[in-house]
Amino acid sequence: MNPVLASLKSVGVIRNGRWLIQGISLSIRKGEIISLIGPNGSGKTTVARVLSGSIAPDSGSVSRADGIRIGYVPQRLVIDSTLPMTVRRLMNMNEKFDTAEIEQVLDEMKVLKSADQPVQELSGGEFQRVIFARALLRKPDLLLLDEPSQGLDFRGEIKLYNQIVDIRDRLNCGILLVCHNLHMVMAKTDSVICINSHICCAGTPVNVVNDEAFEDLFGPEAARSHALYRHQHDHTHLPDGSVRSV
Amino acid sequence: MTIEIFDDFVSRALIAGVGFAIIAGPLGCLVVWQRLAYFGDSMAHSALLGVALALVFDFNILIGVFTVCFLVALIVGRIGEKSTLSGDSTLGVLSHSTLALGLVLVSLMYWIRVDLLHFLFGNILAVSWSEILTLYGCGAVIMFVLIRRWNNMISLTVNEQIATAENMQPVKNRFLMMVLLAAIVAFAMKIVGIILTVSLLIIPAAAARQFAKTPEQMAVLASVFGAIAVILGLTLSVEFDTPPGPSIVVNASGIFIIGIIATTIMRKRKKWSS
Repeated sequence: MNPVLASLKSVGVIRNGRWLIQGISLSIRKGEIISLIGPNGSGKTTVARVLSGSIAPDSGSVSRADGIRIGYVPQRLVIDSTLPMTVRRLMNMNEKFDTAEIEQVLDEMKVLKSADQPVQELSGGEFQRVIFARALLRKPDLLLLDEPSQGLDFRGEIKLYNQIVDIRDRLNCGILLVCHNLHMVMAKTDSVICINSHICCAGTPVNVVNDEAFEDLFGPEAARSHALYRHQHDHTHLPDGSVRSV
Repeated sequence: MTIEIFDDFVSRALIAGVGFAIIAGPLGCLVVWQRLAYFGDSMAHSALLGVALALVFDFNILIGVFTVCFLVALIVGRIGEKSTLSGDSTLGVLSHSTLALGLVLVSLMYWIRVDLLHFLFGNILAVSWSEILTLYGCGAVIMFVLIRRWNNMISLTVNEQIATAENMQPVKNRFLMMVLLAAIVAFAMKIVGIILTVSLLIIPAAAARQFAKTPEQMAVLASVFGAIAVILGLTLSVEFDTPPGPSIVVNASGIFIIGIIATTIMRKRKKWSS
């Protein structure tokens, strides 16, 4: 089995007297893709931030392998208009890279033509790809992607999923993929974790390649890249946040 | 004879002002980028409290001002995290409370004659060689730290989560930035005074924004614009006997306005030609 890159042990984060996440345990290994799903406000981003180190857990513990390089692509990033910044300069923000390397990764993400443009002039989708390219450029051991597919159409999502698998194969990195879709996940996901402040259920996605109805609806391409995730929760959530088993 | 004396204090003022402007350039950019203008104002307003304390306990005024500014920065950071008040209200309370407290304390000290106007509007024409030496000494240290930590500062400006993930230590470096800001505010009090401190940080930076494509260009341009404003301002002040601090700021504003007009024309022409 591949070595563990990062793991959470019954991690909880409390803000303003409310537990954003509680008792979350998971670990990501090298070359493994984990999809993290859950409704809005369920704490998916919080989990990603604890893994990245920007939030310290209030209970439990987080551990990261020594000296691992983390690439973090936040859900939304706005660069203040007062900060002059070209795409090229942004790529070199924290460490210096070769021009050839930068252009190659920008090309891969189809944003090479914007290399010398101010980032504020890019469209939302283009900018998101630039941020993605930045994270890739660092050749991370652990890649944290917070809802990278939001704002994409179905075609765009298929392309993105293929790209993510490709990245995993090339860099042999661990990937945490935060998704907004509760039932459809990336087919090549090794495991799916469904959270709603705590872990509701976890498992592997069910292949939809042979699901004819799905193939009829979205085409064979979609069936290869997407997979179903069937939940089996043994509990319900009450309005006050407490959990009742059924 | 009179001309020699005259020349001497003007050249001292020029040396001090230009030196200050060079350091203020990149720091002013950080203030603009991180929307810290009001925060800087609070620091500057609290400076008078530092003056009062320095006079009471009889130690160096610069150190007094620096210490109080730094404490204000710490308090703002702490309250900001926990408070239900909005950031600008917190700053408003702190900014004006410290200014008022400083004014009251200074006026209570009847045994010391303090010219408040010097602190409020600066007295760059009275700057001494030893003060210039201190300014350049501290300025060199500030510049050194800024250049070494520049990428960290840019990184925390862009996004703190990414900065953390990429091991750029945003929390530590934000703290460092506050220390540098407190230092520059202490010096600014001498040059333009408490009331106009922030203007000499943000106006050159704002003027530079219009021409810059990268953060580094903006920082260097801000220093250049600030230095030009100091030179023009002091000339104006000597020529027409206007107060030096406000004269410098008026010139900085002039550069800013010319910048807006120039870039607007440039953009129009570009549009026409393409």
